[in-house]
Amino acid sequence: MKKMTPWVITAALVCLLSINFSCKPNNAKSAVSGDAASKAYVPPGKFDEYYNFVSGGFSGQLSVYGLPSGRLLRVIPVFSVDPEKGYGYSEETKPMLNTSRGFVPWDDLHHTELSQTNGEVDGRWVFGNGNNTPRVARIDLTTFRTAEVIELPNSAGNHSSPFITENTEYVVAGTRFSVPPDNVNGDVPINSYKQNFKGYISFISVDKTSGKMDIAFQLQCPGVNFDLSHAGKGKSNGWFFFSCYNSEQANTLLEQNASQKDKDFIMAVNWKKAEEYLKAGKGKKVPAKYAHNVYNDKTHTATSEIKTEVTVLDVKELKDICYMIPCPKSPHGCDVDPTGEYIVGSGKLAALIPVFSFDKMQKAIAAKDFDGEYDGIPVIKYASALYGEVQKPGLGPLHTEFDANGNAYTSFFVSSEVVKWNIKDLKVLDRAPTYYSVGHLCVPGGDSKKPFGKYLIAYNKITKDRFLPTGPELSQSAQLYDISGDKMQLILDFPTIGEPHYAQAVPASLISKNSLKFFNINENTNPYLAKGEKESKVVREGNKIHVYMTSIRSHFAPDNIEGIKLGDEVYFHVTNLEQDWDVPHGFAVKGATNAELLIMPGETSTLKWVPDRTGIYPIYCTDFCSALHQEMQGYVRVSPAGSNVPLTFSTGTNVPKPDTAATK
Amino acid sequence: MKKLLVLSTIILLIAACGGSEGGKKNPADNPSEPAKTETGNPSYDPKRGEGKFTSVEVSPSLDAAKAEAGEKVYSVKCGSCHKLSDEKLVGPGWKGVTSRHTAEWIMNFSTNPDEMLNKDPKAQAMLELCLVRMPNQNLSDDDARNVYEFMRKNDGIK
Repeated sequence: MKKMTPWVITAALVCLLSINFSCKPNNAKSAVSGDAASKAYVPPGKFDEYYNFVSGGFSGQLSVYGLPSGRLLRVIPVFSVDPEKGYGYSEETKPMLNTSRGFVPWDDLHHTELSQTNGEVDGRWVFGNGNNTPRVARIDLTTFRTAEVIELPNSAGNHSSPFITENTEYVVAGTRFSVPPDNVNGDVPINSYKQNFKGYISFISVDKTSGKMDIAFQLQCPGVNFDLSHAGKGKSNGWFFFSCYNSEQANTLLEQNASQKDKDFIMAVNWKKAEEYLKAGKGKKVPAKYAHNVYNDKTHTATSEIKTEVTVLDVKELKDICYMIPCPKSPHGCDVDPTGEYIVGSGKLAALIPVFSFDKMQKAIAAKDFDGEYDGIPVIKYASALYGEVQKPGLGPLHTEFDANGNAYTSFFVSSEVVKWNIKDLKVLDRAPTYYSVGHLCVPGGDSKKPFGKYLIAYNKITKDRFLPTGPELSQSAQLYDISGDKMQLILDFPTIGEPHYAQAVPASLISKNSLKFFNINENTNPYLAKGEKESKVVREGNKIHVYMTSIRSHFAPDNIEGIKLGDEVYFHVTNLEQDWDVPHGFAVKGATNAELLIMPGETSTLKWVPDRTGIYPIYCTDFCSALHQEMQGYVRVSPAGSNVPLTFSTGTNVPKPDTAATK
Repeated sequence: MKKLLVLSTIILLIAACGGSEGGKKNPADNPSEPAKTETGNPSYDPKRGEGKFTSVEVSPSLDAAKAEAGEKVYSVKCGSCHKLSDEKLVGPGWKGVTSRHTAEWIMNFSTNPDEMLNKDPKAQAMLELCLVRMPNQNLSDDDARNVYEFMRKNDGIK
């Protein structure tokens, strides 16, 4: 007993104290050491040190957490409708979810990537990819709103996305499910995969100032499954690396049929070379149909444009754009270290991690040190590109992030752990269990040239017994580790929305200083703006009724409207006249078959309502705004079609006649 | 020895938990601070109010251009809550406001309502009647001056 250090006693004490809820006898490793609570504790009223932008997976949204507290700060609607915010329900935001197939109210947001300048996170935008109906979104980090969505033609399952080049010149999007291109007849037998299916990779340009996205070009590649990707940086800037599996080109029972070969590939793309070909006019303009949706912060309105053409480069014909590097067993993660020299492939069925050298790869290309071709693309010899292998790292490596000290951190799904290893000597330094089955992981700045280190967050696929049970469906979870020391230390569990895939984290100061507080009403150019109560009105245009309404604590103007008839379509254009931070007003009308509006100060937002029966309909503010919030309401009268009730509107003047009041 | 170790560990634990809370100023505590200063702060001038305006030059006659600019601001940012008569809507009607308060008080209140509502007795008395904290409508200095001139016009200054 004398040998017991205070640390052990502390751990034992914490274990004793917490025995009722976390120290499971069959799982002694879940004990956390004594100072974990203080490391993750952010006192009330204090700010977190980092923003954490976490993909919402099948929720289609992006969540924002504070670290190290794990507090959920915001859910940003991106690819799915959000009735709470009116996103996809208000007339202004409906175009954001438009596609070449019409309005699509849901998607599967897999990965997030923060914009970079010179390979360092710059805190301007965060990008997200929609996996199901292939799209890429840009989220503005001054407003924390989705600013732009672009659809991707010739693609299906946009998974290896939205990774960026080191000055955010491009966001890439590679198809996970190869399919026949859009402009040929796709009505072909499914088992004609090898002849008819192609894998497209899109390079989406991003305007330096405005952030506006445009598909600069697409690469037509062999039909395989492109899984993940990362750009080269520093010395390897100009290259992009994509992991691909199913080089077997199977179209059924991929579980077995796409796991036949000993090695699949990491495809190295020389995008500077592709740019040269593009400049030389080697791209083919091909008919395509895809939506480009842009939100405007001045009109507070999104517009959707259907584009009809895309430029395609065929990498089979145009040499020197693509090279295949063999990579063991269905590679998933494809990560480039901060120096740009090392490319880490994570074969999800492999028992080792191969690390490739950019320099060796370049030498091999120069020396044509190839092992034949794969569908017209040179295959570099494995040994010629390999720097080395991490031996016995764990089971089922998925993703790797980096710290600033030359260490890599890889997640292992099957063995349910995070493993820290040194990039130079490829030695395993530490292991930390995850609870349970970690998928993605994140180190602040961990895929940039300048990682911030300090924390690592593991995003786990299975939560099981970590939180109070909530029926069959459980939240997924994140686990926060302190990585500032030699050993990783688990300090916090917190639940997440949807399924968290990739995430990004950044020091709060890079973003908080730019956060917008309200929209300046003098810059509001929405065509239905009512700039002050004086401009509030109700206008009939045929069977369309436009209500130019204002809201301020604590009333709407107008708040009494009569003369609406069955068969009318009513548009409530509500302008929030407040000019202070954190004073949104909500708007709801009984029986509306869509959602509420949540209108930020200085913003105009529109709810369409088609009354289905005559009567009196209350309207009210849904967001508690003041002591007289409960008074913030009004009435709308709906009369039968053909009724002669005149169209009137007012605030405060529609009072009973004196004699009517007296008879009461 | 063992007991001592356990005891010292507990003390260490408590110290570690409590340590980060002391000393530093907590933003969440701010609202309570003015309550302390309200009673004992002799430097506060209730005629002037709290804010950046210390002395406003006002000529005996109306500056019509300023008043016109002020009316525009009024219709966008003030008119929803303040009538031009003496009737209360959400906030008090504006008739006579320029004789109830100094120019400095009005301009400080219109640009700095939160701090004023936390410490100014007249503003607090008005809050008890209206029960709605006047929102900060982010008036610029010029906006505030122009609105004040419009109030003077509304009070019959020619």
